[in-house]
Amino acid sequence: MTALLNMRGIDKAFLGVPVLSAVDLTVSRGEVHALVGENGAGKSTLMKILAGVHTADAGTIELDGRAVSFTHPAAAQRAGIASVFQEFNLLPELTVAENVHLGHEPRRRGAIDRRAMHETTAAALADLGVADLSPAAKVGSLSVAHQQITEIAKALSHGADLICMDEPTAALADAEVALLYRLVQRLRERGVAVLYVSHRLREIFDLCDRITILKDGRLVESVATADITPDELVTRMVGRRIEAQFPPRAAGTEPGEVRLRIDGCGNDYVDGIDLEVRAGEIVGLAGLQGSGRTEIAEAVFGITPFTRGTVAVDGRPVRITRPRKAIAAGIALVTEDRKAQGLALRQSVKANARMVLDANARVHSRRRLARIDGILSSLDLVARGGDQEVQYLSGGNQQKVVVAKWLAAEPGVIVLDEPTRGIDVGAKHKLYAVIRSLAAEGLAVLLIASELIEVIGLADRIAVLHDGRIAGELPGGASEQEVMAYATGRRRPQSEGTQAE
Amino acid sequence: MTAFTPRPRIGATVAIYLALAGVLAVGGAAVAADGGNLFATAHLVDMLTRTSLTGFLAIGMTLVILCRSLDLSVGYTAALSSLVAATTMDGQSGNVPLAVALVLLVSGLIGAANGAIVAFLKVNPFIATLGTGLILKGYLDTEYKGPAGDVPFAFQQALGYTRFAFIPVSTVVMLAVAAAAVWFLRSTRTGHHMYAVGGDVEVARMSGIRTTRVLLTAHVLCGMSAGLAGLLLAARFGTGSAEAYTNLYELDAIAAVVLGGTLLLGGKGGVAGTVAGVAILAVLDTVFNVMQIDPFAKDVLRGVVIIAAVALYARRQLDRTARRPRFAAAAGRAS
Repeated sequence: MTALLNMRGIDKAFLGVPVLSAVDLTVSRGEVHALVGENGAGKSTLMKILAGVHTADAGTIELDGRAVSFTHPAAAQRAGIASVFQEFNLLPELTVAENVHLGHEPRRRGAIDRRAMHETTAAALADLGVADLSPAAKVGSLSVAHQQITEIAKALSHGADLICMDEPTAALADAEVALLYRLVQRLRERGVAVLYVSHRLREIFDLCDRITILKDGRLVESVATADITPDELVTRMVGRRIEAQFPPRAAGTEPGEVRLRIDGCGNDYVDGIDLEVRAGEIVGLAGLQGSGRTEIAEAVFGITPFTRGTVAVDGRPVRITRPRKAIAAGIALVTEDRKAQGLALRQSVKANARMVLDANARVHSRRRLARIDGILSSLDLVARGGDQEVQYLSGGNQQKVVVAKWLAAEPGVIVLDEPTRGIDVGAKHKLYAVIRSLAAEGLAVLLIASELIEVIGLADRIAVLHDGRIAGELPGGASEQEVMAYATGRRRPQSEGTQAE
Repeated sequence: MTAFTPRPRIGATVAIYLALAGVLAVGGAAVAADGGNLFATAHLVDMLTRTSLTGFLAIGMTLVILCRSLDLSVGYTAALSSLVAATTMDGQSGNVPLAVALVLLVSGLIGAANGAIVAFLKVNPFIATLGTGLILKGYLDTEYKGPAGDVPFAFQQALGYTRFAFIPVSTVVMLAVAAAAVWFLRSTRTGHHMYAVGGDVEVARMSGIRTTRVLLTAHVLCGMSAGLAGLLLAARFGTGSAEAYTNLYELDAIAAVVLGGTLLLGGKGGVAGTVAGVAILAVLDTVFNVMQIDPFAKDVLRGVVIIAAVALYARRQLDRTARRPRFAAAAGRAS
């Protein structure tokens, strides 16, 4: 087999933090090539360099033996590299056929030939073995799986030789995953190479010919799938002991009173949620993307409230229908999207840290305002001063400002949704210490993280979600395999009768 | 092999025409209760005459709004165009072709300037076109203290006052331009790409669409449609009038586009809906006139209708970003 893609010595740093160093990647024609590693290992960055979204700081890329460099996504596309990101590049208001042909619509006598557009799309879909998707359907009305197929058909219509897929099964149901499997097989038969980014071991071993393993931005090795076992793969991916990474649990402290109790709760997105978080306890919420983790956080905080079941804080039942009520009840939420939902980026550290107090008369007091400086310094915030605009802080320090603004309100329960997203490795460790200290001070902490290792390493107990329900509960320090067994639905909860009697 | 099915955009447009029929029925009933007849020839002529001017402006406005842009300068462009037309014609029928060409050139250039400011300088379209509008206003206010130029009688008659039965020529021309715009949006790549640029400019760019060129084209066409409105103004007044901009035609045009179902956020809608939106406004105005409702109440009613329509669309639009409910059906069986 000839090498279709040859990347050599790729370096990339963001704001001086190296994300990739000296990474090599070789993909052959018709090969399904897995790119694996933990979150933060550099998979996405490597894929984005290939897609022309980022430009490498150093290194060479050869496509079919010719040196290429992409400064723009359209350039990568013209060269025959298509990428299917988790965020689809589709227009929901247009039809499947219109999306597939967007930018290169077939014409007849100067006018767009909709019939040809429709027919070639139907043929392309049939060629991919997809029978139940109409080219005339509006993309916005399709399931995630069908949108993904549309994206793949679009990539092929651009004449792609290499299709990169970023966590393609993350949002798919089981039957849809089977469809994706068949699709990937078809692509392989047609000589199209697939770069498959995933950390679902089963898929990798089912589908992929070769595996390239990244860790902390470096290449571990590239092996044929036949030459490695799943256990070996995990060891090489993780490759370090969890204890070394996370601050030790305080020995011999028992969690206290139940501060947050969720009983038989549900709404349109999650159902049958029973959960208790005690003072001094960190409960982790694990689950695949789309399993309902964020939805639980948003329900607890009143953004999209639970419509059934009861929630109690410190033993008092509360009806949380809006964020204001959650704040009044002593609940804090550190949102997943720090920049859009957590901070007013152009305002100062101080203004941000005061924001919850200023906005909520019920929790406002002079005493609490006076404590803000102390909170900021106890979090080891690195800033030029309280007047610095938070947009100029690093991700880790921004997150500390968010945590500080909530601590100022002296909550009893704090929900952390992906607190370490977009934060570099060193700063992560500091945040881990912060999270531990929150619990040590008697807060009930509900921690959501897509990096399993964080949940495992930090949480005292782990509730694993699958399809909007709690599939199982595990003690802290459980193995990734145990968590994944529940998260993927391979293991079901022991008793089905755990809902309301 | 499934049969070729047309795109389902028709559904929304049909709804808007049903709304138009509803407004006609309610308006007709109201006028009848008042002892009048909304469908008398004089009233029909009044209604249709009202559609043409707003129509020209709204057709161009639809294009820029589809691209998620806006043009607040069209009222000033139309006023300037009426002056360019009237002064170039200078009472001579032989000058009409030159005047029309000059009007389209000037108005197209104004559109191009708007488009360039929006597409290349990345100035927010609201501000950019407010700015060019102010520049035009300043020029009109200082250069033209009163009416100027002279439109030959033949041109006044032809565009301004001739009718086929009760249908004014200007309305026929406007509908022809609308039909051309419908075809343009549907059957040319540039027109089709306006939906993509307005829907998601990044997706459009990643698909290889030259987004700045599409945006520029929309603005040029919008400017030229304001030029056509200026020609109509000249034909009606018999002279060029700087004062025309005081009527705030641009706001009527935007209202008509939005009533017609085009999203202000771009990417969805079309000229067929806009024509219905224009017609709805014209029917309302005629009904108010016939019933002699006082001007204040008239503006209040117009405002209420526009807000109500947009509020309805906003509800419809909500589900676009919503997550797919997983347990929507479970609500009933719990407890």
